[in-house]
Amino acid sequence: MRKMLLALAATTMLTGAAQAATVYPLDRATILAGSPFDFKVEFKENVKPEDVKITVNGQDYKAVFGSDVTFTEAEVGKDDKKLGSAVTLRKLMIAAPGEYTVEASAGDEKKAVTWTVYATPAEPKVKNVIFMLGDGLSVAHRTAARIMSKHMTEGKADGRLNLDDVDLRAFIGTSATDSIATDSANTMSAYMTGHKTAVNAIGVYADRTPDSLDDPRVENIAEALRRTTKKSIGIVTGAEVEDATPAAVVSHTRRRADKADIVGMLYDVKPEVLLGGGSAYFLPKETPGSKRKDDKDFVAMFKDAGYALATDKNELEAASGTNTGKILGLFHTGNMDVTLDRDFLKKGTVDKFPNQPGLVEMTKVALGELSKNQDGFFLMVEGASVDKMSHPMDWERAIVETIEFDKTIGLVREFIKTHPDTLLVVTGDHTHGISLIGTIDDEKPGDDMREKVGVYEKAGFPNYKDENGDGYPDSVDVSRRLAIFANNFPDYYETFRPKLDGPFQPSVQNEKKEYVANEAYKDVPGAVLRIGNLPRSSDTAVHAVDDVVLQAVGPGADEFKGYMEQSDVYRVLVDAMALAPAKN
Amino acid sequence: MTSRPALAAPPMLTFDELYGSVGVLGLKFSDKVKALAGQTVAMRGFMAPPLKAEASFFVLTEIPMSLCPFCSSDADWPDNIVVVYLDAKQTFVQPNTTIEVVGTLEYGSWTDPETGFVSLLRLRGADFEAV
Ligand SMILES: [Zn+2]
Repeated sequence: MRKMLLALAATTMLTGAAQAATVYPLDRATILAGSPFDFKVEFKENVKPEDVKITVNGQDYKAVFGSDVTFTEAEVGKDDKKLGSAVTLRKLMIAAPGEYTVEASAGDEKKAVTWTVYATPAEPKVKNVIFMLGDGLSVAHRTAARIMSKHMTEGKADGRLNLDDVDLRAFIGTSATDSIATDSANTMSAYMTGHKTAVNAIGVYADRTPDSLDDPRVENIAEALRRTTKKSIGIVTGAEVEDATPAAVVSHTRRRADKADIVGMLYDVKPEVLLGGGSAYFLPKETPGSKRKDDKDFVAMFKDAGYALATDKNELEAASGTNTGKILGLFHTGNMDVTLDRDFLKKGTVDKFPNQPGLVEMTKVALGELSKNQDGFFLMVEGASVDKMSHPMDWERAIVETIEFDKTIGLVREFIKTHPDTLLVVTGDHTHGISLIGTIDDEKPGDDMREKVGVYEKAGFPNYKDENGDGYPDSVDVSRRLAIFANNFPDYYETFRPKLDGPFQPSVQNEKKEYVANEAYKDVPGAVLRIGNLPRSSDTAVHAVDDVVLQAVGPGADEFKGYMEQSDVYRVLVDAMALAPAKN
Repeated sequence: MTSRPALAAPPMLTFDELYGSVGVLGLKFSDKVKALAGQTVAMRGFMAPPLKAEASFFVLTEIPMSLCPFCSSDADWPDNIVVVYLDAKQTFVQPNTTIEVVGTLEYGSWTDPETGFVSLLRLRGADFEAV
């Protein structure tokens, strides 16, 4: 067998035949009928324009695509590397549903892809869609949140999370076009566009040129709603509003780090409600604290566009009474502080931003404002710091974030009782390598923390208390607490204890750009150095490739079933709202 | 050993003293920063690994830096960083080590012409040693 393969390879080299060009959208793309998208073919060699042949279902492409492609003789990469020729056609639109096989060739290069263009039902099933995303939400987060918040007696939970009563629907595969492993940019982009893309990319297929803003674009849900409906759009997050997850609702870039550009794209779409952190990218360069490199003042621009501005909890409350119909709430220059710091420990940056609202309060204001629209709304709510605290393995903060996310689900479920024409989707964008394996019991004898880890019957039950019934443990620093570990990590000091002085920073970078254990935790009693199993370029625990769980209630929810690709979820959302009504 | 002249110790400036107010709509420099501008001051902190080997500056941070490639970009530094321009090349100090930097304090937005790095506070003509 091996011999035969070698022989084949040799023949291929000798004849120099049949190199594959790349066609975007990629093979097996699913495309909402009538949605604009960019078409691009990348050839590996420089070819002559007259040699380029493109057919669609056997016909010349112009009959289907409607206009001419633009030919680029030689695309240029980093350090003037010659990449080959390309053709592009921006904002192409296919109205008729069906299978489209696109064949592109020039010289020896050839590639065929097949796209599915789909319509939606003629009539919408719902007026509103609420998409709640727990960033990084994995099974262990919800188990730990249930035990920490509701407690457990004799093996049965003493209460249920709101999450526990949202119907379980599907397992979602989160992989990217370039990798089985994935990040919050490509994952949320798949949910919000129906197209999978590469790690770090949002609302585009990742092409080969270095420019991060020229990649072939696909339509996102915000643009589809603006194009086809009068619905309002809301975005609520505890992260920067220009961070990957909220950005994927509205933006297009190969690099999620293009945050200054993403703010511009948020401004172009103008979601009626935009609440979260990240004001640094809204301020002009001259303002101390700005992270922009230009003089644009997006706070002023949003205000001029009729937005009520809120910068803390009280202003948010005041803005909720606005009759402009538009609220911009920016509560932090960067990511907002997490619930455990905001409401309990007062650590992190809470001394600088003492009056930040939580996810429940922000979502309440968003629902109040968006539900004024007779035509309905789309609201994206992100529990961002489930992920942001799971990376540094700060389990207490991550689980309390999960409890806050769950309380927000409770609020939304109350809203749905009076607004049954709403589809609610609750899911994660990717998972983490997190598991709950027992307890850590300070009462176990000795000083060796490892011997205090209770496994099997020695774990017993943790002793969190919730005297005031707010759903949060009165203290996370109890004597028998949850033992949660990551299955992947950089070098770090394991302390077996909650980080009461501020979010955990397990590792720091050295001059070789390698991450080494942060010695700030070396002298915590019982701390042990764990040598990492990740490459030394990894600063924290990484995302897992494991499927995520998708839950949903409301009309249209039964379209979710079995195993689905993340990009398939978009079709259920647009079906529910009938964004491309089939004509018959 | 450094080649610091044996003059009176320069005034010490801490990270907590950089800004008079920090808010969503921006930061305001403290009166102490305004008063010390143009003078030689000392600051203690951690040296972040240089952006580029050939960069003529490094970033001084209050706590050791841990940047996450997916949760943050290189632009996502904390608010209260200070950019240090060295008089002469010095080697990187291990990340868990506190250093003391002495240099001339400068404040206000400034873009490094070589890297495009925007800074608000700088120590120029500086040198440092581990403490
Ligand atoms: Zn993440």
